[in-house]
This record gives sequence, C-alpha cells and structure tokens, in this order.
Amino acid sequence: MAAIAFKPGTYRDDFTFRNSEEAIRHFPFPFDKDSYMYAVNIEQHMPGPKKSATEFPIDVDEHYVAEMADRAMVLKEDPLRCQSQPHMITAEWDLLELLMSSMARDYPEHFALLRDGDRWHWINRPLGIEHRFTFGDTTTLPYGPMEYITRQCQGDFCLLDQRNDNLWMDAGIVTTQADWSLDFNLGMDFMEWHGPVPLAHDLGVFDRALKFLLNLQQGRPVRRLNWTMTVNPRLDTSPENYHKWGKDRASVTPENVGEKVHLRVELQALWRLPRSNAIVFSIRAYLIAMREVVTVPKWGRRLHRVLESLPPELVDYKGLTRYRDYTVAYLADYDDGAPTSPGFGPD
Amino acid sequence: MSGGVEIRVRVAEAEPVADGIKRLRLVPVDGGHLPVFSGGSHIVVSMQDGERRIRNSYSLMGSPRDTAGYEITVLKTPESRGGSIYIHEHAKVGLELTISYPLNLFPAAHRARKHLLLAGGIGITPFIPIMAELDEAGATFELHYAMRSAKLGAYADRLAERYGRRVRLYRSDQGQRIPVGDLLSNQKLGTHLYVCGPERMIEGVVLAARAAGWPGENVHLERFVAPPGGDPFKARLARSNIEVEVGPHTTLLEAVEAAGVDAAYLCRGGVCGQCETDVIACDGTLVHNDHFLTEAEHKAGKKLMICVSRFKGRELVLDL
Ligand code: FES
Repeated sequence: MAAIAFKPGTYRDDFTFRNSEEAIRHFPFPFDKDSYMYAVNIEQHMPGPKKSATEFPIDVDEHYVAEMADRAMVLKEDPLRCQSQPHMITAEWDLLELLMSSMARDYPEHFALLRDGDRWHWINRPLGIEHRFTFGDTTTLPYGPMEYITRQCQGDFCLLDQRNDNLWMDAGIVTTQADWSLDFNLGMDFMEWHGPVPLAHDLGVFDRALKFLLNLQQGRPVRRLNWTMTVNPRLDTSPENYHKWGKDRASVTPENVGEKVHLRVELQALWRLPRSNAIVFSIRAYLIAMREVVTVPKWGRRLHRVLESLPPELVDYKGLTRYRDYTVAYLADYDDGAPTSPGFGPD
Repeated sequence: MSGGVEIRVRVAEAEPVADGIKRLRLVPVDGGHLPVFSGGSHIVVSMQDGERRIRNSYSLMGSPRDTAGYEITVLKTPESRGGSIYIHEHAKVGLELTISYPLNLFPAAHRARKHLLLAGGIGITPFIPIMAELDEAGATFELHYAMRSAKLGAYADRLAERYGRRVRLYRSDQGQRIPVGDLLSNQKLGTHLYVCGPERMIEGVVLAARAAGWPGENVHLERFVAPPGGDPFKARLARSNIEVEVGPHTTLLEAVEAAGVDAAYLCRGGVCGQCETDVIACDGTLVHNDHFLTEAEHKAGKKLMICVSRFKGRELVLDL
C-alpha cells in the first residue's frame, strides 16, 4: 500500500483545511437514499471497500498530522477534554493496545509496534515519536495510556464501563465534538447522555440499542454513521467554545455557501475491550465543504434532496436553521432531477 | 455465525481433576494467540457428536493473561444432554473443537470496596480468573467455597495455597456450611457479593441478601442454567415456514439450528437475552426456564428464550 501524503491545514482561525480528490472519494457519505429519517442503523464494523473510510478498523488519512496538531492545541487550552476515573485504567490499556496494534498492522509504512512480553516499542513516523514502555505500567508513559495513544490517533474516544445492566461514560478524550461535552457527560449512563435526541426516544430505539450493546462481543465491533452540518471546517465545536463558533452560523451568505458550509459525518464505532470488559466508543469526524460534495454528482443531487425534505424538528436539532435555505439553493444548481443509484458510494 | 466469531482449537491437555470432573486446555489450531479475556467470561464450545451439533457454555478458568490457551472444567452430569458426556468420553489430546470469542456476563464490579465471593462445587471456575484479576489489582476479596467432599473440591488446595486466609473451605460431608446469614450481615458498605453454584444455593443467597437489605446492584449471580430436558414438542417457524421437532434432550435453539435456521444466541444458558424470540401463537403452556425475562413477561407469554425454554401443548408458532 502506498504511503499517505499528509496534508497541512488548519481547523481554526484561517481555516486552510481542504480535501484532496482522493480524500473526497474516501469521505463516508452518510445517505443511501434521497431522504433522511433518524435511525440507529448499527451494522458490523467489517472492512469496507478499498480506500474507503471503513477499509480498516482505525482509519488514518491525509489529515492525520494536522488533526493531531489541532488536538494538542485544544488540550493545552482545556485539559478537561481528557478525563478518566480511576477504575478505568485497565480499559485505558485495552484501548492503547487496540489502537497501536490496528495502526501498526494496517499502516506499516507509518507505524510499528514491537512486543516482547510486556516490553513494548512503539514507532510513529508521521509524528516523529519513538517510545519504549512497559505495558501495564503507567509510570513508563508520559501521559495516561488513553491520553498517550489518542494524542496520536484521529477521532474522539469514550470508554464506557458496563455495570448494573447499563453503560457509564467514565473516561474519554473529546476534542472534535459536535456540540456535546465530556465534562458534562462524564459519569452519566447511556439513557442520560442520549437525552436530547428528538423523535428517537418515542421509538424506543435507545432501549433496543442499549440491550444490543450490553451484549456486544469481543472481536465483533459495530459502527454507525451520524451526520450534521457545520460552518467552517472546525473540528472543535464544543459547548465550552460556543462563543467562538456559534456566531459563524450567521456568516453564511449565498456567495460563500460552497466554501463555508460543511457536511460533518461521524463514523462511530464500538468495540468490546478484552481485559476490562468495558466498551470503547470512537467518534471520528470527517468534514467536506459543499463545493467538494458537488464534485461527486450523485452526492450533490442527493444532499440537495435530503436537506430539502428534512423535517423541521431535525433542522432545528442539527442547528441548520439559519443556513439551510442558502445551502439548499446552492445545491439546487447541481441537482438536475436525474435519479440517483441506491447505496452510499459515488457512481 | 449468529453466535459471533468462531475459533478452531485443539485439546492440548485433558486431565481428570476429581470424580466426574475434567479439566481441558484448548489451544488455537493455527498456533497463534487467543483473545485476552476478563475474569468471569465464558465461551461456547461446539462439538460434533455424529449427526448432532452440541454447543455448551463453559466459564474460562485459566489466567486471563494466558493467551496461549484457554482452560475449562467440565462436570459430567447424569442428566446431561450430551455435551458433558461427549467431553468426558471423547475429549482426548488432539481433538479439534470450535469455540466462540469470550463473553463476560459475570464481571467483577471494579469500583467495589470489597468483593465477597461464594462458590459451590463446580461454580468455583469463574472465580479463579476473577481472583487473579482482583489480586493483581490489589483489591480486597474473600472466597467462601463449599463442596460436597474433599475429593470433589476441584482446585481447593491450590487456591488455599495461593491466597491463604482469603480462602475458606467448607465440606458438607463434615457438616460444614457457608454461614451465609452471618457473612451477609457483617460487611462494610460498598461490598459486592458474587455467587456461583447450584441453583438452590443461589436462591438461598439471594433470599438472605434481600433479608439483610443488600442493594440489588451489589449482588452478582452467575446463573447459567444447563438447558433442562423435557417432553418432546413441535414448533412452527413462521418466517422460515417450517416445523421443527424438539426431542426430550435437545433444546428448541438446537432444533432450530439443526433445521438450518440461523438464530441469534450468546450464552445458551438463559441469561444474556440474545435469543429472545416472539411468540406468534401458542395453544398450550410455555415452560420458561430463563433468568432474563421478567415474571410479568413470562406470564404475558409473548416471548420465549429458546436456548433454555420449552413448550407443552398443541401448537406453538414462533417468529423465526
Ligand atoms: S442465548 Fe442467552 S438467553 Fe438464550
């Protein structure tokens, strides 16, 4: 497999983040039909098509280096974005093992992991890190195991403890979130942290999802896609920083829609961890500008139809109220009314 | 596939531990490593006995850090549906079997201030890796292990040697019994209680815990039931449009699988909830043997856990 050419780019201030043509085709477009209805949509996290975001369990892409730099900045400003309760330490080591072994196996030209019993040797070439440590001994790492490895892996990670037939968010690192807060959710159970999704509770979807997750098996991870939209390619749209990004929504004009408005897709995956019996919930955010979406004709047509027919309560819930109409108008130019093929991928 | 990912293993050791108790060590056929597991996990072992495919759950009892092989203990039960007898008669070194990934329905509560473990007979097995884990984490624990006689007390000496005063042994042939009432009324706040053993022992401890005012979430029960046999019956699978016959020693789940229908399962012991099946029509009595559905759900008769439950009557139609 060819080495990834890592791209520079910023997710704040001057927003120089762009997707290459390859990254556009790699994008996990979330709509397989021309309309959208909330559903839990959980499927096995099996390898997807080559070069897609699901080809490997842990996806590393051209934005890796830029994203890790952004995470370091967020953590510097706000260390509470990474928290862990003491009983989660075994789960932290489980996570470190999962991430290191997947990255080294699937991207051998960028990462390597050499294990000799408990003595591990980790090499991360893109970030220029090489470290020898003892698995299970936190004093041999510069940070806790979760923070150490997630400063080197794209996506947010929450560790869920399973007890009393429920899941509890007792640890996590969250710097690229769509308007929710780890500090606020830490220690909450499954139903509490899913509180505010409209339409969903009535359908009993969370009861079923919880039941399903309590029986999640090792070796059988699952995934789902979630989406929202955001103005500017900003990864950190946290409630803590609302004062910085909330006003962006008013900055959209018919002239800058293509540039400013982004579809934001979260590839969420869940794994059962072996030693701790905890679950890791990973949330990897992908961003794509409207003018990048329309370079794939099927996606341009379909996104137009999805946004146009979106129920008003979901428009509100996803925070699109202020710029949905501009976006629909922009996309209308790329929708010739032709039928779209089923499935997510480009034609 | 409905039980998850499967792994081919070979019997590397088959050792009688006591009368009717056999310990097996299973190693991966491809020579690699098995998944790490957490204490309290079980695996489902699939055996091919002639025409018949038998799948039974067994607790993992080796060290959770030992990924070269898994160890299980199999008790030969006289009323066995075949699984334990098959292992006692056929499981020699070299035999190949299929196992599932480990699944933990009996995990230790890692925030507990103290862990009080009560084991009866073969119910000791899940506690062996749990204790190793607790010991490694420096947690406070105490095991009370009841057995019928010294001969049947599988692993008792080894555990007593390893954990010293943290292990207490009781032999019923000498009139010794776990003083459940005393133990339960004399624990500090934040203690968690774990029980694994014969159904009667579990029921007794549950009642005692309730009487002593223990909060339900501090009480953990490993109550796998070996699926009981019963009168043969027939069931109609509406979606597959076939009829299956369930013999006196097979389960409904096994009959469904034998008919080539892929039904979901995990524990095959009536606790995980995975095999929950909707009852479309029932002219007769559902015989619920699971610990998953509530009493109200049992009465309502709309759902059946097909890994352990049965039916008596004229017609049963399931949504399968
Ligand atoms: S398979 Fe677990 S309850 Fe039936």
